Amino acid sequence: MLASRIIPCLDVSNGRVVKGIKFQGLRDTGDPADLGGAYEAQGADELVFLDVSATVESRDTQLDTVRKVRERMSIPITVGGGVRKVEDARALLEAGADKVSMNTAAVLNPELITEVAEQFGRQCTVVAVDAKRTEDSWEVVVSGGRKPTGKDALDWIEEAANRGAGEILLTSWDQDGTRSGYDLDLLKAASERVQVPIIASGGAASSQHLFEALQAGADAVLAASIFHDGDMTVGDVKRELAEMGVRVRP
Amino acid sequence: MKRVAICSTGIANIASVQAGFKRTGAESFLTEDADVLASADYVMLPGVGSFNAGVERIDSLGLREALIERIESDKPTMAICLGLQLLSEESEEGAGVGLGVLPQKVERFTDSVRVPQFGWNQVEARGSGYLEAGWAYFANSYCLREVPAEWNPAYATYDDRFVAAIERGRVLACQFHPELSGPWGIALMKRWLEG
Repeated sequence: MLASRIIPCLDVSNGRVVKGIKFQGLRDTGDPADLGGAYEAQGADELVFLDVSATVESRDTQLDTVRKVRERMSIPITVGGGVRKVEDARALLEAGADKVSMNTAAVLNPELITEVAEQFGRQCTVVAVDAKRTEDSWEVVVSGGRKPTGKDALDWIEEAANRGAGEILLTSWDQDGTRSGYDLDLLKAASERVQVPIIASGGAASSQHLFEALQAGADAVLAASIFHDGDMTVGDVKRELAEMGVRVRP
Repeated sequence: MKRVAICSTGIANIASVQAGFKRTGAESFLTEDADVLASADYVMLPGVGSFNAGVERIDSLGLREALIERIESDKPTMAICLGLQLLSEESEEGAGVGLGVLPQKVERFTDSVRVPQFGWNQVEARGSGYLEAGWAYFANSYCLREVPAEWNPAYATYDDRFVAAIERGRVLACQFHPELSGPWGIALMKRWLEG
């Protein structure tokens, strides 16, 4: 049977790994290829790498980074940040990404999801959704959480899946950076709404948090600071999850 | 140095396949030339996009006969993901006639599970050829359930049992991505290259 995936996330800016609280106050913690290789050795199931500063000018740096990471790794790599058109996705895939993640550009132009899925297949197409709690639901926010969109997050997830997203990378904007656990209600609602896999993101600080997200319906759990800080390896977390009864790849 | 001709049926994760071969110590290059595919020491048929698009691409480039001939004459040939599905006759994914090496129809996973299947699944193999038991990375919505008796299958379980890989002589076809299955997958590619 399929194992639950544990996915370290590297936030990258200008070719270096950073991780800030709510994407602000970035601090430098290393080389993406070094960290990626270390995570693979620890037992990471995939690597997500988000270019948090992606601009037109930094495009070549980003592609170069993807090439370097690819050379070091033989597990799947998802790259997001700055994917605005089909050609951006193509360049990332040619550089060595296995999947591309789209966020703001997909909200502004949902047809982008359809085009990328048609060109490269559903298995390459990831839609990242940043969701913020409202009174009775969740709203999609974009541009690093600064801009509300008025879109209902669950409706958007469903539309993204219908348009060809192969999986949804779902970040709780309320929980991200808090280290107090994922938004479990959001994960439950999203996983019930669509058939494609849901990757939980935002708020993880312990194996217990990962366990709760998987119980709530997530198919994979993404975490950054829990691993970057060096307190726990991916292997440590997997052993703890296995003890809790989660099926993980040893 | 061993050189692998990668059949250029699209782009997707070709870079990962090439990085994978590099790790085994082999070189790889892309080609869409039927003569090159017919005469190459090693050929890889990667899998990207949909069944129909794959079939159309093979036919528009005139590669059908060269690929079938390789497989039927037991020349070293590997297929990955959609590449395996293209060996069958047809697919529930849409119209289009596959290479027909396998007289099977590719089926979609049932709605009892998440589709696509994304992630690591356990492969059960009998270990008489290249295939060994282990964990492999899958990214597929469609699969084969059975294979003809002359092929040695390895299975995995998702909604139900499905074909994780098959081999016959020097031909190896994987539903999973060996190039993304860590050291286990790279070792499989290496065994195939070494014969």
